Amino acid sequence: MENLIHMIGAKFNYIAYIILMMIGLYALIAKNNLVKKIIGMSIFQTSIILFYVSTAYKTGKAIPIVEHGHGAHSVIHATDYINPLPHVLMLTAIVVSVATLGVALALAIKVYRQYGTLEEDDINSQIRIQAGK
Amino acid sequence: MKITGLVTVIICGALLIFYAMDFPDFGDGTSPASTYLSPYFIEHTIEDANVPNIVTTVLADYRGYDTMYETTVVFTAGLACFFLLRRKESQNPPARFYRHTPTGITLRIEEGGKLPAEGSKVFMRIDSLWAPDSLIIKNTCRLVIAFIQLFALYVVAHGHHSPGGGFQGGVLLGSSIILFAISNDLRRSIKRFNEKTSAILGALGVLLYAGTGFLCLLLGAHFLNYKALAPIFRSTAAMARSHGILCVEIGVAFAVMAVMIWIYYNLSSAGKHDEGL
Amino acid sequence: MVQQLPALLIIVPLLTALVVAMASWISPRLCLPLTFSGLALSLAASIGVLMEVIAHGPVTYTMGGWNAPMGIVYVIDYLSSPILVVITSVAILNLISARKSVEESFPGKTGAFYSLYILFTTGMIGIVATGDAFNLYVLLEIAALTGYSLIGLGNDRAPLASLNYLFIGTIGASFYLLGVGYLYIATGTLNMADLARFMPQMADNSMVLFAFIICMTGLFIKMALFPMHGWLPNAYSFSSTAATGVIAPLTTKVMIYAMIRVGLYVFTPAYIFNTLHMSKAIVWVAIAAIVMGSLLALAQKSLLKMLTYIIVAEVGYMVGGFFLGNRMGITGATLHIINDAAMTLCLFMAAGAISYKLKDDSFASMKGLFRKMPVTMIGFGAGALAVIGIPPTCGFFSKWYLITGGMEAGQYGFVAALLFSSLVNAVLFFRIFEIAHFEPFADPHDHHHHGHSETVNEAPLSMVVPLLVVAAALIVLGIYSGDIVTKIIQSAIPAGIV
Repeated sequence: MENLIHMIGAKFNYIAYIILMMIGLYALIAKNNLVKKIIGMSIFQTSIILFYVSTAYKTGKAIPIVEHGHGAHSVIHATDYINPLPHVLMLTAIVVSVATLGVALALAIKVYRQYGTLEEDDINSQIRIQAGK
Repeated sequence: MKITGLVTVIICGALLIFYAMDFPDFGDGTSPASTYLSPYFIEHTIEDANVPNIVTTVLADYRGYDTMYETTVVFTAGLACFFLLRRKESQNPPARFYRHTPTGITLRIEEGGKLPAEGSKVFMRIDSLWAPDSLIIKNTCRLVIAFIQLFALYVVAHGHHSPGGGFQGGVLLGSSIILFAISNDLRRSIKRFNEKTSAILGALGVLLYAGTGFLCLLLGAHFLNYKALAPIFRSTAAMARSHGILCVEIGVAFAVMAVMIWIYYNLSSAGKHDEGL
Repeated sequence: MVQQLPALLIIVPLLTALVVAMASWISPRLCLPLTFSGLALSLAASIGVLMEVIAHGPVTYTMGGWNAPMGIVYVIDYLSSPILVVITSVAILNLISARKSVEESFPGKTGAFYSLYILFTTGMIGIVATGDAFNLYVLLEIAALTGYSLIGLGNDRAPLASLNYLFIGTIGASFYLLGVGYLYIATGTLNMADLARFMPQMADNSMVLFAFIICMTGLFIKMALFPMHGWLPNAYSFSSTAATGVIAPLTTKVMIYAMIRVGLYVFTPAYIFNTLHMSKAIVWVAIAAIVMGSLLALAQKSLLKMLTYIIVAEVGYMVGGFFLGNRMGITGATLHIINDAAMTLCLFMAAGAISYKLKDDSFASMKGLFRKMPVTMIGFGAGALAVIGIPPTCGFFSKWYLITGGMEAGQYGFVAALLFSSLVNAVLFFRIFEIAHFEPFADPHDHHHHGHSETVNEAPLSMVVPLLVVAAALIVLGIYSGDIVTKIIQSAIPAGIV
């Protein structure tokens, strides 16, 4: 038991990302409102960012900017700085998620213009009525 | 659907947590992720590109190719919003609202009705959900916008030495125009910074990035190898990389700024560009 | 010049897309010629790279001059080079064919359409050419975002279909990204060749196992493997035919390519087929996909919907073929990527021409079509024969490899599913031929118009000519499939696989 608690304590960031991701996934699957689904999608993508960034962290080390950058005569030790690569990757993922969000909202506006509602079951019943005609 | 969702989520979550227990501990500096590639980036950033901010070097140089497509993703989103939403105003616009400034009377002009002359001093076009201009909001925004833009330029230019760079600066620049659009109205903002400008500037920004890379290719090096620009900048290879990074960061800033504004115009007015938030 | 070809292949379309986007605001007339020349240059570059690969072996190109694993590398080898040629030719042929309907469907937005169209192609080229696991994700998102927006502007139901596609596509891509993250934690690198180098020592690492599961799930979602195919039929049948003409042949096929690439060159065959014991189960999923796709296609009442379910079944062919884990099966799956792209293009182009003329794609409206649009129906017939798998069309040969692979692996369920699906396809298409062959049933109360209403009313030349080119290509690919296999695909499969 103590072992388990220690384990959770040492990996709480990974558990947090999984919980966030599952909240997003649940909203994507179960919510009826399209905007709520879009919000769920954003949470889902953000959780992955949390995951990557937490892999970069090293306890007690500096941000990845070399101190006294120019004219530094001292040798740079990689162990003094946190890992920069996941941050770079996540900058890309953030931009991608913003772009996806923009396109999703544009599509939601189009859907609203078409059906006058964002509730998925309302839309589906409208489609069924149209198909029945 | 709710139950399906719950079951899926619980199964997925349990699996993920079970496997997460094998991860290296949080903050562990000895995991493969921290010891294989990243030491190279940290130790060689000054020597290779003369840029102290390692994230900037990796972003715009070591993995600059990724970042070019990242900028393209932004541009794509702008283009997609335009493509999906934009519709030109019809010949007979629906009902419009005007305010007779001297008396404060609001007129609703029906479809096909005679509209006041463009640029009339007496009649002011207003949004259908109009609230009187707030002196405080307008003047505060007017004051703040200039400083936001100044700070944005600093963020773009200082990305080599401190957290910042093209994306962050571009978003700040874009938000300053969006703030103008919110504090005044969409039409006035479009008059200052119109759709054509934002579309072309967005493409131009990405083109500046890809073009810098292409120039390297034309000069005989590989795509995006800024070292080839050394004769143009009359500098050492490391400094050429540093300048190359600045060039692409400026391209990114233009693209992100223009596209953010473009997306805002299209989303806030549902593609009509007449009235928005 | 030759060593710059891998970069030009993808940079030229990207630059073209940006120039087209600007030109659409300045001089819209220039958009189409610019688009065409950009894609033509890219096609030329891809053929050049293919020749280079056949002559001298795989080509690598370091972006920014940084060698792997520090920087991003493009690796064009025996596996990717033929697919690159397929992508660029599909894009250019569909562009010619779609010109008329683009002008009709998107007035005032043709420039934006062309720009998104090239960006989509760029994304596809990049996915195929890249040698970096994370770069693949970025390009995947470019292809996906342009795909969502191209699909979103179709008929009334297109926006909702596209939004659902966006939700599911985002989950798929995010899963792939997460899988790459797991691999990164386990190994510390993102380069595919470098990751493969680490695999032998990772055989019992649970992070790598989970990375495999999650990467493959993401790609399965993206390629619409049954039962995750829900988004595909609506998305493909409600959008404009100009957009589906390029999206339907490429998206699923390129995702299958990504699966093969990640499977063979990241996780390595030894890990997937020997260490893990999942391939049997995945083959059974593929069998379900083939059977269900075929049965659902049988239930459809309109042409485009039927074609989309055939795509679902075809995805099962390739996934199953790959996870058979033997040389024949993987050869069949790879060859089928090329052939299926050509077949799907042919059928969707014909369907595009039909719905351009008829403004409708229900079976009922297709009566008398052989007389009305004879040339289009010849093209459609060629595509249909290829899908059914009748020699000498290319569909026969890849199916032959798949069936032989299934026999060798002892997966008789897979063989039976393939035969069943061929049978169903035959029924599907002969039903259409039957409808299209007969005259429209004259209204019994109206004897005056009997037999008079039908005259030749062929689709415009710009649609018919590319269709016939593709139809001819189906036969040429079939005749030369022996050469394609021995000269290219055999070298693409690692020597360890028998």
